[in-house]
Amino acid sequence: MRLLVCVKRVPAPGARINLTEDAQAIDARHLSFTVSPHEECAVEEAIRLKEIHGGSVTVMTLGPAEAEEQLRYAVSVGADQAALLVTNGSDWDPQATAAALAARIAEAEAADGVFDLILVGNESADSGGYQVGVRVAHTLGRPIVGGIKGLAIEDGFVSARRETGSAVEVYRLPLPAMVAVKEGINLPRYPTLPGRLKAKKAEVASAPASANPGGLVMNRLLTPAEQKTTTTILGRGPEAAPAVVDLFEELGLL
Amino acid sequence: MNRVLVYIEHDDGVIAETSMQALTFGGGLGEVEVVSVGETALGGWQIQHPLLTDYAPEAIAESLAQLVGAEMPGVVLAGGTERGNEVMAHVAALLDLPLAANVTEVRPSGDAWDLTRIRWGGSLLEEATLTAIVKLATVAPHVIEAANFPFRAATVFTPELADELARTMVFERVTLSEGITLTTAPVVVSGGRGVGSPEGFAVLEELAGMLGGAVGCSRVVTNNGWRPHSDQVGQTGTRVAPNLYIACGISGAIQHWVGMMASKNVLAINNDAEAPMVTKADYAVIGDLHPILDAIVAEVRRRRAG
Amino acid sequence: MSDLPANARVVVIGAGIVGNSVVGHLADLGWREIVQIDKGPLPNPGGSTGHASNFIFPVDHNKEMAMLTLDSQRQYEDMGVNVTCGGIEVARTPERMEELRRRMSSAKNWDMEAHLVSPAEIKELVPFINEQILLGGAYYPTVSAVDSLRAGTIFRERAQGLGALQTFANTEILGIETHRGRVKAVVTDRGRIEAEFIVIACGVWSPRIARMAGATIPLTPAVHQMIDVGPIPILQESGKELAFPIVRDMDTYMYERQTAGSMEVGSYAHRPIFHSPDEIPSLAEARLSPTELPFTADDFDDQLEDALELMPEILSGAEIKYAVNGLLSLTPDAMPLIGETVEVRNLWSAAAIWIKEGPGTGRAVAEWMTHGYPDLDPHASDIARFYPYARTERHVRARCAEHFNKTYGIVHPREQWASERNKRMSPFHARTQALGAVYFEAGGWERPHWYESNAPLVGEYAVEDRPHEWDRRWWSPIQNAEHLAMRERVGMVDLSPFVIFDFTGPGAANYLQRMTVNNVDVAVGRSVYTPLLTESGGFKADLTIMRLDDEHFRVITGAFDGPRDRHWFRTHLPEDASVHFEDLTSAFVTIGVWGPKARDLVQSITDHDLSNEAFPYGSTQPVDFGSINARLFRISYVGDLGWEIYVPSEQGMPMWDRLWEAGQAFGVVPVGAGVYGTTGRIEKGYRLMGAELESEYNPVEAGLARPRVKDAEFIGKDAYLKARQEEPAATLCTLTVEDHISPRDGIKRYPTGREPITTPSGSRIVDRKGRPSYVTTAGAGPSTGKFLLMSYLPPEHAVEGTDLAVMYMNELYPVKVAVVGSTPFFDPKDERMKA
Repeated sequence: MRLLVCVKRVPAPGARINLTEDAQAIDARHLSFTVSPHEECAVEEAIRLKEIHGGSVTVMTLGPAEAEEQLRYAVSVGADQAALLVTNGSDWDPQATAAALAARIAEAEAADGVFDLILVGNESADSGGYQVGVRVAHTLGRPIVGGIKGLAIEDGFVSARRETGSAVEVYRLPLPAMVAVKEGINLPRYPTLPGRLKAKKAEVASAPASANPGGLVMNRLLTPAEQKTTTTILGRGPEAAPAVVDLFEELGLL
Repeated sequence: MNRVLVYIEHDDGVIAETSMQALTFGGGLGEVEVVSVGETALGGWQIQHPLLTDYAPEAIAESLAQLVGAEMPGVVLAGGTERGNEVMAHVAALLDLPLAANVTEVRPSGDAWDLTRIRWGGSLLEEATLTAIVKLATVAPHVIEAANFPFRAATVFTPELADELARTMVFERVTLSEGITLTTAPVVVSGGRGVGSPEGFAVLEELAGMLGGAVGCSRVVTNNGWRPHSDQVGQTGTRVAPNLYIACGISGAIQHWVGMMASKNVLAINNDAEAPMVTKADYAVIGDLHPILDAIVAEVRRRRAG
Repeated sequence: MSDLPANARVVVIGAGIVGNSVVGHLADLGWREIVQIDKGPLPNPGGSTGHASNFIFPVDHNKEMAMLTLDSQRQYEDMGVNVTCGGIEVARTPERMEELRRRMSSAKNWDMEAHLVSPAEIKELVPFINEQILLGGAYYPTVSAVDSLRAGTIFRERAQGLGALQTFANTEILGIETHRGRVKAVVTDRGRIEAEFIVIACGVWSPRIARMAGATIPLTPAVHQMIDVGPIPILQESGKELAFPIVRDMDTYMYERQTAGSMEVGSYAHRPIFHSPDEIPSLAEARLSPTELPFTADDFDDQLEDALELMPEILSGAEIKYAVNGLLSLTPDAMPLIGETVEVRNLWSAAAIWIKEGPGTGRAVAEWMTHGYPDLDPHASDIARFYPYARTERHVRARCAEHFNKTYGIVHPREQWASERNKRMSPFHARTQALGAVYFEAGGWERPHWYESNAPLVGEYAVEDRPHEWDRRWWSPIQNAEHLAMRERVGMVDLSPFVIFDFTGPGAANYLQRMTVNNVDVAVGRSVYTPLLTESGGFKADLTIMRLDDEHFRVITGAFDGPRDRHWFRTHLPEDASVHFEDLTSAFVTIGVWGPKARDLVQSITDHDLSNEAFPYGSTQPVDFGSINARLFRISYVGDLGWEIYVPSEQGMPMWDRLWEAGQAFGVVPVGAGVYGTTGRIEKGYRLMGAELESEYNPVEAGLARPRVKDAEFIGKDAYLKARQEEPAATLCTLTVEDHISPRDGIKRYPTGREPITTPSGSRIVDRKGRPSYVTTAGAGPSTGKFLLMSYLPPEHAVEGTDLAVMYMNELYPVKVAVVGSTPFFDPKDERMKA
């Protein structure tokens, strides 16, 4: 089984996000980078599918040269191959991103065969455009469903679970297919020491990406007006219990 | 005047609040025309097709795309929900148009839109320019209060849908078989170093049980081996967003905070009034957590009995 | 939250382990109206305390650090937050095994339990270790881990319980106001507090806060990488936070420490990574905490392999669950920064202190603020120890970069720095360089330690080399040869690093009387060698004073103690401006000329009468050499006839040339500090501040008490008078090494200093005040044919002829007490010097 996971390098901010002076990006001087949490789970899910069905997991990203770090992380937890589409560092719009990824995927498939399942995150942690995966699916002519929190592959189909409040919807997509997964589908593993050492030596297939901008152009970022929380002290010690239970009632928990 | 199609989600005619908001939002941009799918006539465009028996993102999007092709509106909107965003992404892909998800504000500027949309789940905003013949956008939830909308007579629109589009329709619908989990629980009763021991979690279990909630914990607790890793809330554990998060003896290190900051209400029980969990919480009780929790459990029991 | 008070006796900035310990001890010592401020929340404000590894390996070669650590561990134990788990330092190389043997000596010195263990014994203690790659280890059963956050809370609660303390979290310092060089107030985002004292205990942020007052705290925030690996079944099954000893893998600069079900692997092996105090993210900006910065994995990869090699069984399967670049504070010499800042009165520093020495250092600071000096000698931690050049960011970073990887390194006691050299140079440096000077650093100066041009003297005087590389490191037989040549002919010594203070004005004599033990009210042209004491009667300084005029005194002190002495003098100056202080260190340069032919040499270039009658020992006179205006001071630290020749710095080169040219007729040799500081000195039994002399010993014990005590009052007089009435608990003695042959290696070994002096059978010797006997200075006495040691010995052992032993590299060598007290072993009657 050939599995592909598309990930995006994003900063891992603290409780407050600072912007660069030109307001074009997050000031990441003190921040580490990671992949979006949904994608972290997508990588984990792909590795689990590989463990069940055999095959290989490829991770792909479009981003700055530094995004190699995120690909290596994926390798350190079990991915087999890594492909990097190198940009100049600025964030591409969703149409341009999807077009470049789809072209690269098509290339890879032409060379080594079709990916049975392509996993993406439901939306990126930073820009949250909710569309790159869908656009890639349309270009490749694959079915895709989003919001997935459970996956199983059997008989040429992928069965995918999506939670909607009280119910679970099950989709059954013929392979090859795509799914956009959400955090909670699994608990991603951390790399082991040997995994990290293996990742360090892994080869990352890098190629420059050329942009074909779409119709949504980001001008600048801004920080929303801060909401000051005020803490209501319900009391001190056990005497506060009635006030706490009043709160339970107010919230409809009893 | 600009024609604005708004795709609405409804459950047997009960329109989702976010869709109502999108309708109101659309009203500020032009003449709104409702688009709905299904048997219930809600006015505006009523998309009907034998294939559309359940939620089917590809097929719905294909229908919308055909409607847009036929009517050529200036704008198509949907609510910024999981389904709204998904359907609109398909529409955008089908029509090869840009899509702005989770928009909070639109400032038309000539043929283009200057708009504001949310990033980082709302921690940041983005100002962008959208240029397209038909402008596709979803409306971020709760940026506008839904106004009454005058629904008019419905016009049925029957799209041409290939059978293969059924491949992404809901295949089966089941109720949750699992019990209450951390991620789904309406209440999470979470314990930190202050709980003191594995045995100390008994009262947290009890309270969670009474409230139909789940028990969580901080990283220190799993590191100490008091609770399994699956209970860990935080950056290195599970992220939760319950209606009420009760943080017992948790100081509120950021790595924990990011795991539960999406909670709608936070109640901190801590003996340090200046602990960050207390200062960031909506509600707090100051003092030793065990006597406080015992008293809360007793009080819940008393009221239930009464 | 209550409001900030308008006034406080003392404001302590910082609520990490250090700030908390300072407030706790200040309250214990009777201080009230203490206000503590931290910009972060409690109990973990987000500084280095919050992510510390919290373990304590008490054994340290450095006495001060060992004592601070031991006191801290006791305090943690008393607070119930100390868990003893034991610790092992493992050796992968023979060099490390030798270092561990050396650590046995230090453990013996400070009375810490320590055993050398075999690989098999290590395996028994740590069953998951790969003992195949080990040669052995040192096991310390008292190694422990502490809860430093809990300890901090206990300290605060103790102070609060005494009604002494108000703590304000989430309060940021915006400025510090000063008035006439003293602190006046702190300005915070929640108001202003006037305070008599301010203590900066802000760890990595300290330099930034100090700068608000115009002061410097020379430290740099630096990264220490650590990862948390787990879950590990054998650790989980232990059911304990710490069931196995903490392992320090010394040769890879790493440690492995159990934290419940996982293993924390920390490293000091990666490249030095520094941050600026102004650039540290705020609590809100940081992902984890301000001092837990993003892990830079590339820097750690090599360490992963090392860790895997040591503990393959448990580390290969477990996951890296947490990894950070943790910030900690580094200083140029790896010691803390405590004491009053040199720039601003009553502005105190308690910074660059790690968990293991936190409570002890907090106590020392509180005692210092209360009594004028702490019980434990804070010599090496005193923030006043740095010259201005050493307080620059460039210097701090360069030195920290150099020593970071030596955190677990094998550091030779005589080891010299490689970075930041050639920063202070004598005006005749070119001349000494041409003579092949090998420079050691002294207070930043490049000071010749020996001269390669003297190599032929080694054969001439048949000086024996040292067979062991360690004993020979940073040493040359040339030193002994220079010594012997000087004793036979005449030597020239570069004393440029001397520190020179002038005191003038109507109050100068009285002021200096109050500072010194010995009477400085001597005739103009005479000099006094005198200790300065702390209030409790211990040594604070040791220096020489010349009286140049009725109201003009010149103090000469050593390069290593200059800045500390300067601060001590300045802070005791009278307020009334009756004494004027001037630091003339840079104005003058000094050349020492000593040896039996010194008078012949110097007399040959001046008409000034230099005869013993005209220029007696201990006197000083201005002497012109042609157009060079010198001042001669007839004194000697090497025990030979001669002078210290002071000339204006710009005349240093001509003076050197003049002496050198004239000296050729007398067989002059350039002589390095190896002779001046060690061999010449130890033969004469001269005491050195920081070696023999420290605040825990008094002049009676050091053999420096004069027959009479001056009438004038002076600091420490009461304690000194009391000490004179008592039998000394220990007396400083000179010992000879009787046999150098190592029982293990069969070759001659030479101690380097700080080794325990034991009974012949190896039992510790401790005086009635609990102080151990150890080697304060070790060095050859080439003119005596003996290798000499100095050590304080309790009365029962301080008897000439007593046989004892020195424990060097975990082996015993026989030694004999040669001299009790300060009588020189060589030329006991000082006939040479006074010729």
